[in-house]
Amino acid sequence: MVWNAFSRDLMAELERLQQDFGHPLEQSASIRGGGRSRFPALNVGGTPESVEIYAFAPGLDPSSIELSLDRGVLSLSGERASDLPAEDARTAVHIGERFAGRFRRVVNLPDDADPDSVSATYRDGVLHIRVTRRAASQPRRINVQ
Amino acid sequence: MRERNSKGAAARDDAMQPAVDVIEDAAGITLTADLPGVPKEGLNLHIEADQLTIEGEIRLPAPEGMQLTHRELPSPRFRRVFTLSKELDPERVSAALENGVLRLRIPRVQQAQPRRIRIDVS
Repeated sequence: MVWNAFSRDLMAELERLQQDFGHPLEQSASIRGGGRSRFPALNVGGTPESVEIYAFAPGLDPSSIELSLDRGVLSLSGERASDLPAEDARTAVHIGERFAGRFRRVVNLPDDADPDSVSATYRDGVLHIRVTRRAASQPRRINVQ
Repeated sequence: MRERNSKGAAARDDAMQPAVDVIEDAAGITLTADLPGVPKEGLNLHIEADQLTIEGEIRLPAPEGMQLTHRELPSPRFRRVFTLSKELDPERVSAALENGVLRLRIPRVQQAQPRRIRIDVS
């Protein structure tokens, strides 16, 4: 199951190659952008029954995460406090890469997503949101009489 | 503590470098690393000679047959290597993992802690 969320496809390989050559991939087709370095990073997957969103947001209090869904746009916001101390004569910050501050990310859900059927769980620093697709849009077998 | 050039290792596999904070105070170093999706069982910390290696494997619940349509985290693995300097004590490292955040405390060896030197005036 681990690999499902990362299964390689050709596009992703190309993306990675481009990245390795140093080309930024910030030119996103979506009007809401979606750069790579944003917090939290998002992976989105789907099955015929559901849309699965994984927000990689470590170190949060789950009750402080705000999640809302409005006309097909899912938004996720919150704040992560800084762990860095004020630098003084006794402490030195050698590396400070971890994100701190307010964040907000939005995801456009497909038309068949059912806004009344959303579940979210936070575990090991990952917020996993599952949105069920409406039954009418799921593939059905049609019997031929 | 210095970061080891792990480009060679990165080329060999596709592990991602976790974001870290490294803070030093008089008694030692605190290293905080973001390892979202890594449970305790997926974390591998080891110190060999002067090298500290942090490795984590992401384990996520995913339904059967899921296809990924958008991916910002490209790999299911994290890896980062640091070189510890002599004054740090690898024997007394403590670690805690909570909500995908790893906190490591690496104390200085006792003798290496800064001491106020008393000046006796006779």
